[in-house]
Amino acid sequence: MSEQVKKFLYVNRKAPYGTIYAQESLEVVLIGAAFDQDVSMAFLDDGVFQLTKGQDTKGIGLKNFSATFRALGDYEVTKLYVEKESLDERGLTLDDLQNIEYEDEDDDYAEKPSIRLVSRAEMADVMAEQDVVLSF
Amino acid sequence: MAAYDVNGSAVEHDEEGYITNLSEWSKDLADVIAAAEEVNMTDEHWAVVNFLRDYYEEYQIAPAVRVLIKAIKKSLGPDVGNNKYMYELFPYGPAKQACKIAGLPKPTGCV
Repeated sequence: MSEQVKKFLYVNRKAPYGTIYAQESLEVVLIGAAFDQDVSMAFLDDGVFQLTKGQDTKGIGLKNFSATFRALGDYEVTKLYVEKESLDERGLTLDDLQNIEYEDEDDDYAEKPSIRLVSRAEMADVMAEQDVVLSF
Repeated sequence: MAAYDVNGSAVEHDEEGYITNLSEWSKDLADVIAAAEEVNMTDEHWAVVNFLRDYYEEYQIAPAVRVLIKAIKKSLGPDVGNNKYMYELFPYGPAKQACKIAGLPKPTGCV
């Protein structure tokens, strides 16, 4: 790559179903990951529900795309920032979220967690260091 | 809408040849699609098709070609999991063509 690598952050604030934002965001992330940029995702407000485990969409006739988050490691998207306050406000903890891992090629393919719990203040820092922030 | 003929029953596909109802896939259908694509299915072709179907089952997406080749390399070894060999198997693109034969949607990120 001759061009400079930019830092992209995709911010997810909405619940997974009901609107198309969550699924579209994930789709854009997967497409964007093909361009060798530094891609990460942030989950705050109702967006934290996107990562919950045990989702069942049979009753609403929509595709359960939550499994796709576990493929992000294959696309080298390995930083999923989750805001602690948003979890707290919804009575959720890390245990309510899916186990999402990636293989670290620089560390003998060791499996490492992709989800990084950050405080609201830390989330602001994460956003401040990006070149591009896209909100969904 | 156009359709594949599998032993007398019609399986609808879109204008590019991807089947519209993913649950209608069968091995017989895969052979029909492969024939339409002028691909002669060998064990290696089936290994890739089966891998794609497993990947879709687990992650609900068809992987991009880069991801596919990396993953095939890991599961089937570098003799199969390399660009050159994969394009020999599926000349019109391993992800695109193999997904079509596997009865999956077009891979995310393919235009």
